Amino acid sequence: MTTDAVETAVARLRAARRRRHVLVVAGMILIVLVAGTGALLVGAAGLTPGQAIAGAVGLGDKGDVFIIQKLRLPRIEAAVVVGGAFGLAGALFQSTLRNPLASPDILGISSGASLGAVTGLLALGLSGVVLSAMAFAGAGLVAIAIWLLAWRKGLHSIRFVLVGVGFAYLCSSLVAWSMARAEENEAAGVLIWTVGSVSDIRGDQLALVAAGTLVLSAAVTVVSRTQGPLSLGDDNARSLGVRVDAARIGTLLLAVALVALATSAAGPIAFVALVAPAIARRLVNDGGAALAASAATGAALTLVADVVGQHALLGVAAPVGIVTGLVGAPYLLWLLATTEKRSR
Amino acid sequence: MTNLRAEGVSLGYDGLRVIEGLDLTLPDGKITAVVGPNACGKSTLLRGLARLHPLDGGRITLDGTDITAMPRKELARKVGMLPQSSIAPDGVRVAELVSRGRYPHQGWFGRHSSDDDAVVTTALRSTGVEELADRPVAELSGGQRQRVWIAMVLAQQTDIVLLDEPTTFLDVRHQLDLLDLLTELNRDRGTTVAMVLHELNLAARYADHLVVMSKGRIVAEGAPSDVLTREVVSEAFDLRAQVVPDPVAGSPLVVPMGRFHSGA
Repeated sequence: MTTDAVETAVARLRAARRRRHVLVVAGMILIVLVAGTGALLVGAAGLTPGQAIAGAVGLGDKGDVFIIQKLRLPRIEAAVVVGGAFGLAGALFQSTLRNPLASPDILGISSGASLGAVTGLLALGLSGVVLSAMAFAGAGLVAIAIWLLAWRKGLHSIRFVLVGVGFAYLCSSLVAWSMARAEENEAAGVLIWTVGSVSDIRGDQLALVAAGTLVLSAAVTVVSRTQGPLSLGDDNARSLGVRVDAARIGTLLLAVALVALATSAAGPIAFVALVAPAIARRLVNDGGAALAASAATGAALTLVADVVGQHALLGVAAPVGIVTGLVGAPYLLWLLATTEKRSR
Repeated sequence: MTNLRAEGVSLGYDGLRVIEGLDLTLPDGKITAVVGPNACGKSTLLRGLARLHPLDGGRITLDGTDITAMPRKELARKVGMLPQSSIAPDGVRVAELVSRGRYPHQGWFGRHSSDDDAVVTTALRSTGVEELADRPVAELSGGQRQRVWIAMVLAQQTDIVLLDEPTTFLDVRHQLDLLDLLTELNRDRGTTVAMVLHELNLAARYADHLVVMSKGRIVAEGAPSDVLTREVVSEAFDLRAQVVPDPVAGSPLVVPMGRFHSGA
């Protein structure tokens, strides 16, 4: 091959990879739009598509406008924002710790949020934004505790993950213990803090979570460039000029903040942070962290799971956290099975 | 001209000293090989030179400037390092991995430019892996993979390249291929090469400057024919050996003796 031909091949490969990433993000956005439209049109109120569309733009019957704008639309938006935050956070954890199992649900950061909320609810009788703040604090405290125990002259990935798994069990046990001691009527309110739900996020809380997620995502672009070198290992990353500890601390801080924010509103939605980045990386498949694709996948996965939970499970309206595992896990398994065949 | 120098350097792990007060200057534009028995501190020394291992004492300078006073990115534009056994992430293609070598040359929000493509292309060609550009790294053989990693370090465009046991896990033919490749780089580009090698005879053949280490200090250094004597081998490796001229290259050839074969 001539130099020009090689250079063209290199440039073409780079363009193809970028195109593929954009395509994955676009595909996920399409899923969000389709599922979102479906969720707007279908519901217990039995609106016709015409009434629903009219309601969405603020026309038509006052009751219809209320149902669409105050009930259905916020729920869709909440699923997208929270799912995107979980997906992005999971991708950051996994790429910076170089471990596909490192996600906030496995590391106990989500269970820390649950414990904070459940303690606030049952022991202190809190509610609303203060309760969300308790969840945020719970996630943050667990993250700091993992950090302190895992730090040995630098942050070692495997230690961080193992310490995190320990905290996950500790927090889950404490939550279960609190629930076992709670009165029956209280236990129902606790449920959302153990499985996660997007049904009650609206108004100021939704705006706060959305704004926070946007700001944090913007900050992620600063650390995102270090993820490529970091994926080659600490020594290679340092040799390429990355300040490894600083980059990893910055990345984890942002990831923890994203998880804490999303969990404080929706509870620990199972599996999204673990599975969305895995799916996104398989689809993009360029050895990179696939941050944007992970966020888009998280949003699509959460929204689809919520729609399924609301309408498709016979008889019961299941919270999104129960469905994410049912929807996400088989898809991940299918992806793993098929990509394996193709690459061998 | 760039000059990497260790001045009174001490290195260790958790209070355990591996190297104490070591001085070494890498000759500019030459190939230096560091040899020595296991655990003599040769890899630790190389890692110290690349600022991958914190110093317990002394300093390492590049053209007289302490390397710890430099931003890491600036150092990464001058000194490249290939650590021992690197693992490529899943799914990454050859040209993508090589492109990561451009990181220190890109700004905060820097994207790949066509200049980067040209550098990556040159790196792919000079390591002979241009035909593999769009192949997944995971599918390559050990020899090809090692070439790709070296291409990544070349894409960094540094005047000094450090390599920690680059020939480990390669069969003898691929070891020679790799050392030929490094010689080519050194001759064509004037790149200063310093590497830790296990294979004494290959080190003697390919190095301009041979550093023999034992127990954290330098036993001897200089031209291989001056350095690699029976006495030095005995002192550094605790090994009885004959040293004869390599019939192919003329460099010293160490023929170890062992308990059952002590020669005529």
